Amino acid sequence: MIDSYDVVVVGAGHAGCEAAVGAAKLGAKVLMVTMDMTRTAQLSCNPAMGGVAKGQILREIDALGGYSAIVADKSAIQFRMLNRSKGPAMWSPRTQNDRSMFNNIWRLMLEQTPNVDFWQDMVNALIVENGKIKGVKTGLGIEISCKSVIVSSGTFLNGLIHIGDKQMGGGRSGEKASYGMTEQLEEFGFQSGRMKTGTPPRVDGRSLDYSVMEEQEGDEEPGKFSFSDDTSPLSKQRSCHITYTNSTVHDILREGFDRSPMFNGTIQSIGPRYCPSIEDKIHRFADRNRHQVFVEPEGWETVEVYVNGFSTSLPEEIQFKAIREIKGFEKAKIFRPGYAIEYDYFPPTQLKYTLETKLVDGLYFAGQINGTTGYEEAGCQGLMAGINAALKIQEKEPFILSRDEAYIGVLIDDLITKGTEEPYRMFTSRAEYRILLRQDNADERLSRKAHEMGLVDENRIRNLDSKLEGKQKLQSFLEKESAVPDEINPILEEKNTSKLNQKVKLISLVNRPELQLNDIIDGSESFKDFIDRENINKEQIQLFEIESKYAGYIEKEKEMADKMKRLENIKIPGNIDYNKLSSLSAEAAEKMTNIKPETLSQASRISGVSPADISVLLVHLGR
Amino acid sequence: MHSNTEDTICALASGSGPAAISVIRISGPKAIEICNTIFKGKDLNKVDSHTIHFGTIREDDVLVDEVLVSVFKGPNSYTGEDVIELSCHGSPYIRQKIINLLLDHGARSANAGEFTLRAFMNKKMDLSQAEAVADLISSESEASHKLAMQQMRGGFSSEIGKLREELINFASLIELELDFSEEDVEFADRSELKDLILKVHKLAQGLIESFKVGNVLKNGVPVVIAGKPNAGKSTLLNQILKEERAIVSSVEGTTRDTIEDEAVLNGVIFRFIDTAGIRETQDEVEAIGVKKTLEQIETAAIVVYMFDVNTFTPSTLRDVIKELEEPLSRNGAKLLLVGNKIDQQDEETVRAQYKDFDDMILISAKDNQNVEKLSNKLVDLIETQEVSSSDVMVTNSRHYEALTKADASLMNALKGLETGITGDFIATDIRQSLHYLGEITGQITTDDLLGNIFSNFCIGK
Repeated sequence: MIDSYDVVVVGAGHAGCEAAVGAAKLGAKVLMVTMDMTRTAQLSCNPAMGGVAKGQILREIDALGGYSAIVADKSAIQFRMLNRSKGPAMWSPRTQNDRSMFNNIWRLMLEQTPNVDFWQDMVNALIVENGKIKGVKTGLGIEISCKSVIVSSGTFLNGLIHIGDKQMGGGRSGEKASYGMTEQLEEFGFQSGRMKTGTPPRVDGRSLDYSVMEEQEGDEEPGKFSFSDDTSPLSKQRSCHITYTNSTVHDILREGFDRSPMFNGTIQSIGPRYCPSIEDKIHRFADRNRHQVFVEPEGWETVEVYVNGFSTSLPEEIQFKAIREIKGFEKAKIFRPGYAIEYDYFPPTQLKYTLETKLVDGLYFAGQINGTTGYEEAGCQGLMAGINAALKIQEKEPFILSRDEAYIGVLIDDLITKGTEEPYRMFTSRAEYRILLRQDNADERLSRKAHEMGLVDENRIRNLDSKLEGKQKLQSFLEKESAVPDEINPILEEKNTSKLNQKVKLISLVNRPELQLNDIIDGSESFKDFIDRENINKEQIQLFEIESKYAGYIEKEKEMADKMKRLENIKIPGNIDYNKLSSLSAEAAEKMTNIKPETLSQASRISGVSPADISVLLVHLGR
Repeated sequence: MHSNTEDTICALASGSGPAAISVIRISGPKAIEICNTIFKGKDLNKVDSHTIHFGTIREDDVLVDEVLVSVFKGPNSYTGEDVIELSCHGSPYIRQKIINLLLDHGARSANAGEFTLRAFMNKKMDLSQAEAVADLISSESEASHKLAMQQMRGGFSSEIGKLREELINFASLIELELDFSEEDVEFADRSELKDLILKVHKLAQGLIESFKVGNVLKNGVPVVIAGKPNAGKSTLLNQILKEERAIVSSVEGTTRDTIEDEAVLNGVIFRFIDTAGIRETQDEVEAIGVKKTLEQIETAAIVVYMFDVNTFTPSTLRDVIKELEEPLSRNGAKLLLVGNKIDQQDEETVRAQYKDFDDMILISAKDNQNVEKLSNKLVDLIETQEVSSSDVMVTNSRHYEALTKADASLMNALKGLETGITGDFIATDIRQSLHYLGEITGQITTDDLLGNIFSNFCIGK
């Protein structure tokens, strides 16, 4: 007999693991149920974390006390800061990771987290009474009672794998699918749909000729994801390689098109447009005679290699024949073919901001079940669901992030307000306040809130305080101290910016676009002394520089965000009957009845709701 | 919602048809300040609440109208905010001009029912009136939507569509290099981006310019009648206005002098500028009577130059034409020569005398001889303008406001490109631009941009 729990997490992927951490850190008793504990936090697709927009999310997860960033740092084999040449809002950390280290470390960290228990089994039904969750039933016929359930089923619900014309039930290569829950949820009144994703073949690194590929090294000065002192930057790194397909490869792949489940109608569901299969790329962009292929090592020791950019569900013999025509792959030995997988998801407009379902009290969804794709997108939803499940049990206010606070806020608001037709991936362009949501200030945005709830310890706040203090010290010093023309002019000349004729305050040089703060440090002895004396570090310099150089843009976005905030603060009661508000347009009434927006601001983002409809609502709710 | 954080809004508070007097209402924290910047008279920042002031509205020192300004300071006003009610002459042209000036100085057009909404939010109305306020908002919104849709006809709609498409393409290129920098696609370089932005700017400018032309047709073609004293200007004007008395909106009868008169000739509204000046009987010392015209030529589409065929000579007429040539071409205005008092002469003789002047019309204003011919000529002059035959025209002032703001954001983006700032900052201006254009076309979302990127570029690993 298994004890009763506060929170049962169904599925131990990225969403499930973060959900367990979030709930357990707030003191909830958590049980993780997974079909195979050795696959905890499995990197099912590419062995990499972060990237553009996703790296920002990882930093946010870390600032909120989730573990994904720490695990990514500890299992990293390469670190790169993408978009360095762009503005600071675009800088995006990314790592290549050792796949098996990644799931081992995650499992270890969960095992060391108080309040988290494990049970290896398949949940195939929920126990619901009077619209409230009471527990789960497993494949072994065991009933576990609990106050809330977080379902993070990934690709496992009615998962169906396709390789050419072969089909097999499964949640991942070599793993069983999960059955029963979708049908039960539909009986409760949930709407469900199907989505599709895919993965490329894995090959034997010993059989590749790297000498004909381009090498892609890690950063010379690698950074890291976590704001904590628990991890440190890599001291050695492994390289990736880049090669290209060619028209021979494309011709061979085309031979299999009639047996492609994507093209012959076997797969109807929608896949992610930004993660197309190689056959899709050839088909849609027929005039391109080559496509990039990233050759990514799966770890420090292993010879297994991930062929990024070559996702496919063509028959395996076609895959093998085509891959050997890629430059450097002539003698490639294949470990396993790529495949496509279809799975069930539940349109996320059925959720509240807390990721609790509107239909069943105490039931939460996180990750691919909500129509998203990506480890980071899944992880942050899990964390938010876990935190909110615990808060609700403790009868505390929910924890909701707004669109100007975090990418996590953008993601959840998009999902529950607009839904998604294809697997939802985060892009920086989805955030209207992108300049506020930088990777460098995720701690400033979120860690105090996290600390108040008990999600991060005192150390994080001390680190944050000292970072902000450093910024302040720099400001006061530069306002007070003058630049000496003789010292700084050689630097100014070198950087092609006008020289000084007389002493000016150092601060007046900061906003020259040609100059970086480090140049000014080089051109001022007293500044150099100050940096040494006060122990000013890289992060502090960076933060100061960003916030002074881009102050105008930051202010502008803050102003816009504040405007939106006013509507954010006007809550819409759950029992409002839109059909009785005769002044609303019919479309607006219908959409809002369906979405049940929680604030006026959310209502304004529903497509089909006009500014006049918002004014009408304001009149009815306002004052 | 606290009133201090609100924008300042303005709109016509009286009816939109021709009227003797119109009232424009301005409400919000900057109502007094904005109004004061275009008002010449007392310093409105210093006057008491609930007072009325006479003065003039000026655009760069050019007189637009004489007005009465009523000042109501919040909370004792209709909306509860600072409110200005500006009474001006009822000509649609003047109304539009004043509203545009207010927009240029930081106000924005009020949304449907927004004054009443603010009044309600600021507790100037009873809760029991909520339903009525909501109804007002939705009916006004529907009406303005209908109007906007009517104005989105044919050519305009397709030009706006083109502008939208170009702007989305541009925004996509910017977002592409931000979100997909790792992809194996070709990114646009700075000079390409600059060319593109200029292309979009040109499209926007074309539409914005068309508003001015559109307004000419909608609000009346401005005509200046020039000539020496006693050439018969006043008589001619009275003839034209008398003929059309039934549909003329003359503002005589108010306490102030008429600044303009309007007449509808063959369905086209003509506005005769500074008719008060024409009616004044004082002697002018200037020889050929063009000096005043030169001052008004900027606002005129047609200049009617009148002379007395009994006392004038062709060589003086040549001097007149020479004098007016440059300013006319600078402003794209047309000149119509009118010889008056033909009743005292033999028409054939006069015609022979002035044979070098093709398009001259000979009339007798007093006897109403050939005045109709002159009217037709005025209409012809307008219809031969290429713009009037095209329907690619912005006629809705909200559309104009949105386009102007969209274009201003574009120019910020261009400035950013020129100073070498990175794409993420340029994108903030582009987003602003998309937002304003979205007020005409329906909002443009990230999904529109992403859709455009995915269909045009091979993205993804």
